[in-house]
Amino acid sequence: MRKRNLLSLFTLLLFFVLVVSACSSNSSSSNSNGTDKSDGSTETEKTDGEKTLIFGRGADSIQLDPSKITDGESIYVTNQIYDTLVRYKEENTEVRPALATEWNVSDDGLTWTFQLRDDVKFHDGNDFSAEDVVYNFERWATSAEFIYYGYMFGASEDDLGGIIEKVEATGDYEVTITLSEPNAPFLQTLAMPPFGIASPEAVEKYGEDYFKNPVGTGPFVFDEWVPDDSITVTKNDDYFGEVANVEKVIFRTIPDNGARFMELQSGSIDMMTGLNPQDIQTAEDDENLQIIRRPSMNVSYLAMNTEKEGPMSEKLVRQAINLAIDKEKLITLYEGIGKPAKNPLPPSLWGYNDDIEDYGYDVEEAKKLLAEAGYADGFDTNLYIFSNPRDYMPQPKVTAQAIQEMLKEVNINVEIVENDWDTHLAATENGEHDMAFLGWTGDNGDPDNFLYVLLDKDNAKMGSAGNIAFYKSDELHDLLKQAQTEMDQEKRTELYLQAQELIHEDAPWFPIAHTTPPIAASKKVVDYVPHATGSEPFNLLNIK
Amino acid sequence: MSLQPNPIPDPDATRVDESIQPKSSRLWVDSLIRIIKSKTSFIGLCIILILILTAIFAPMIATHNPIEQNIIDRYQAPSSDHLLGTDELGRDIFSRIVHGSRISIQIGVIAVGIALIVGVLLGGIAGYFGRWVDQIIMRIIDIMMAFPSILLAIALVAVLGPSLRNAMIAVGIVGVPQFARIVRSAVLSVKETEYVEAARAIGAKHGRVLMQHVLPNCLAPIIVQTTLSIGTAILDAAGLSFLGLGAQPPTPEWGAMLSDGRAALQNAPWVVAFPGIAIFFVVLGFNLFGDGLRDALDPRLKQ
Amino acid sequence: MLKYIVQRLLMLIPVLIGVSILTFSLIHLIPGDPARSMLGEKATEAQLESLRAELGLNDPYIIQYGRFIGDILQGDLGESVQSKENIGYELLHKLPATIELTIFAMILAIVIGIFAGVIAAVKQYSWFDNISMTGALFGVSLPIFWLGLMMIWLLSVKLNILPPSGRLTAGIKLDTITNFYLLDSILTGNWSAFKDAFSHLLMPGLALGTIPMAIIARMTRSSMLEVMRQDFIRTASAKGLKKHLVVFQHALKNAFLPVLTVIGLQFGLLLGGAVLTETIFSWPGVGRYVYLAVLGRDYPVVQSTILMIATIFVLVNLLTDILYKYVDPRIRFD
Repeated sequence: MRKRNLLSLFTLLLFFVLVVSACSSNSSSSNSNGTDKSDGSTETEKTDGEKTLIFGRGADSIQLDPSKITDGESIYVTNQIYDTLVRYKEENTEVRPALATEWNVSDDGLTWTFQLRDDVKFHDGNDFSAEDVVYNFERWATSAEFIYYGYMFGASEDDLGGIIEKVEATGDYEVTITLSEPNAPFLQTLAMPPFGIASPEAVEKYGEDYFKNPVGTGPFVFDEWVPDDSITVTKNDDYFGEVANVEKVIFRTIPDNGARFMELQSGSIDMMTGLNPQDIQTAEDDENLQIIRRPSMNVSYLAMNTEKEGPMSEKLVRQAINLAIDKEKLITLYEGIGKPAKNPLPPSLWGYNDDIEDYGYDVEEAKKLLAEAGYADGFDTNLYIFSNPRDYMPQPKVTAQAIQEMLKEVNINVEIVENDWDTHLAATENGEHDMAFLGWTGDNGDPDNFLYVLLDKDNAKMGSAGNIAFYKSDELHDLLKQAQTEMDQEKRTELYLQAQELIHEDAPWFPIAHTTPPIAASKKVVDYVPHATGSEPFNLLNIK
Repeated sequence: MSLQPNPIPDPDATRVDESIQPKSSRLWVDSLIRIIKSKTSFIGLCIILILILTAIFAPMIATHNPIEQNIIDRYQAPSSDHLLGTDELGRDIFSRIVHGSRISIQIGVIAVGIALIVGVLLGGIAGYFGRWVDQIIMRIIDIMMAFPSILLAIALVAVLGPSLRNAMIAVGIVGVPQFARIVRSAVLSVKETEYVEAARAIGAKHGRVLMQHVLPNCLAPIIVQTTLSIGTAILDAAGLSFLGLGAQPPTPEWGAMLSDGRAALQNAPWVVAFPGIAIFFVVLGFNLFGDGLRDALDPRLKQ
Repeated sequence: MLKYIVQRLLMLIPVLIGVSILTFSLIHLIPGDPARSMLGEKATEAQLESLRAELGLNDPYIIQYGRFIGDILQGDLGESVQSKENIGYELLHKLPATIELTIFAMILAIVIGIFAGVIAAVKQYSWFDNISMTGALFGVSLPIFWLGLMMIWLLSVKLNILPPSGRLTAGIKLDTITNFYLLDSILTGNWSAFKDAFSHLLMPGLALGTIPMAIIARMTRSSMLEVMRQDFIRTASAKGLKKHLVVFQHALKNAFLPVLTVIGLQFGLLLGGAVLTETIFSWPGVGRYVYLAVLGRDYPVVQSTILMIATIFVLVNLLTDILYKYVDPRIRFD
């Protein structure tokens, strides 16, 4: 008996190898992501003749169901396929009508009523109505898998609904949402891509595989997904908004930044993100290329683990580190895409405190503070960094080495610990680090989305911390909590200004930079306006 | 096996039996003379000597401090001030390469040392005791050899955590099977010779017989394999560093330097080019010398 | 013969079991959290915990291992934690990419290597001999990642004659049948795709093929020299057979034996070398796939893929052995 098991193990293994390497013909469909097209036979022709935008990027999407993902590469694509109730304006994070044409909120801030468009069709041909919105909200509240829902509305495993008490269709084209407590950023939040409305029929039909077969109402219709290679979407001619100018958008994954740029230079792609900073100048000098800068709504920082016993728990030490790093010089490593940061909030956001004066570069003063804290002879510490460049930090390793060298001046010996992105997140959330790099791109244009998430004590829990400085200030917590439930923006602004002063004084971070992530594109691409949240629908851009 | 194979894999590496005979000191001298007479192995020897001298006198040869940064002067092309240009942090590439020679030697010695000690022990024990001991050890070796070595090395470093030390350990472990197999078959052939049997007959302990009589007579293949492995180990460790799994900043390790320069390939190719050339020459040196050794020490290949 | 093959195949079983245990243990020793990789930076602890439970990450290792083997036995390679994609399906795309690259590299290596080796042997000490053997010496000492980058710099950046990455230019469409692009483009008669796929193969193929090429060249030369000194070749020459006939019909045939072993050995090694080559050329193959999976702690992918690669690796080695014994009449099967 045992022998037979072993034998069958072997035969099976052998079988797999044969199947895989002998490539039987049932592997024929290149789009086996489960679309109902059963073979890929329509694609022999080359795509010239019609306007196709080929967009190069560093990583593939994870899922095309926006409610379940947080990665920018998925959102890039789902932004084309789905609409939200409200959308951000093209140039800022104010909301404008989308699936909802108008809305109002009760005086107590608890009841929101939305009037919906009556002329919208899903890509699968179904009509869009209030029931579909209700369906989506209810779906998001069925499991903790819907990450953003939980995260924005305070839902958890025990309370899947969070602050959203109920969502009702109060008419064919009217939806009423009732909250359990006022939530100032609510409308902003609804404009976030994760709250794109999916076709209920498609969700039911595909079940587990829905994320490979997305159906929304957006300006582009999903066509094909070849994992790690490309995702193709085609123009939605029946779009209720501005119908796209290009017939087709192909999102192509080219992992290496340099290689991707070479593809752009040779013309095999039209546009790309994730440019090596060194290549920006080359692109600007190239008569066929242009650099488009995405408006800044991010921050990169070095967080100091205030909870770890030892030097980092001392405010004086943290201030000394702020003084000992030459930020101006450091920023040159951003090759022109970054501005020095002095606050956690980006200056483009309301509530930014411009009165705060940054620590400045002063080695002598830093040494004095260190001596005062009892570290005149310096100390050994570590700096956790991630290996892949990110929009807010194009060269983490190089930046870390520069900091390492600068801190040596005040006798702080830094060991750099480099991990890939996921491992870095896990390690820093567990508080393994003394110091760590991280950054944040705003989701919804509300200061709460930076300050509460990144610095409130609520988010300093071991193992899942957004606040990786483990900075726990009750004073700050009170301010931020108050600002969350306050509906008056002027009062909120005042609270956030105060919050930033507290943070500056306690110095849990060394804020590094706010960047304008560059997008390189062929000059043929026109009318492209990148959005501060990191991605945008491509219906307005055109190819000459 | 390792990330990159030995230059001339000997198809009969595991069947050295007929060639292994006890060597007299006269034969050793002959072999040495033969190595020096051979043009290519002499060149190899010279490269190795240059490497060692560079490592010893690195601070004197280097024109700059290898880890001193000058951010404003980053990506300078080679010039009289910076012989091989500067890198992404304005560090002098020439000085970094010169200091990197120390790390290369360290990698070669430690990684191959691990492979040598563990491999010789395992192979020796397996060959000498035979039977189930041999079976167990060789099955483990078989399992290790079923992995393409770089995958095994990557997995090992992933477990141990990326650092130069761990990369050396991983490269060392990956090199174990080759030594073990060579030594095992060498021991097998020596074991039955008269003097070993004589030693055993007069009641010498196993350990003693193994160390004093068996292993010394397997030296030729071990020496050849060691020399060739050093080159390979340097290449492998550089490969791991290139993947970000080896030396960490600011260590001037050649593979890491090359990897860090990748982002500037279009604008500053020298950052990538020179560390690669350094790796190439050192590996070439060990390969040439190792080839020479093989020709000299392994009579079967003598022409 | 058949008995020998069956015997060797049976011997592979414990090795593969050992490989699976080793792989499984290694990957579980790696610090990190696959649930975190899957849910990303904004997930809460409760979300992570429920996912861990769903994936069975809280079970004892022995149960997890049993499940892994059980699934494999049922033909289920599992699902990637990161992409949620079925691993068998992913390998269907990635394995052909790697095998295509490896075979291409090997063909380059064999054709050029044997050609250079034979000529070098026939014209011993000529300029061709000197140059090609110096080249071969250099070839085995080159770091392939460096070679790859330098080729990109020269051929893509400076001269712009070859594409720097990937298997196919975006916009060129190809019906995939086997996922071997060269084969597919021939089968569908799509010549523009063939040309494009071929130009994408050239640089990574050359980078990957350099070392085996050098080794094969040296091996061919030395075994040719040995064979040509032997009596039967001298006899053949003495009998007045034409020189190239002697060389190719008699000498090469006999010199091929040791070369064959090298080819088999190298072929397996290329599977490993593909990790670096695929990284540099963004080649969507299995080497990069498993490397990224190790970094991302994608347990199922690492387990299944390494097992798969190891299986191929040992099978190729076995095939070489069998071929070797088949070609060499002196070796008996017992």
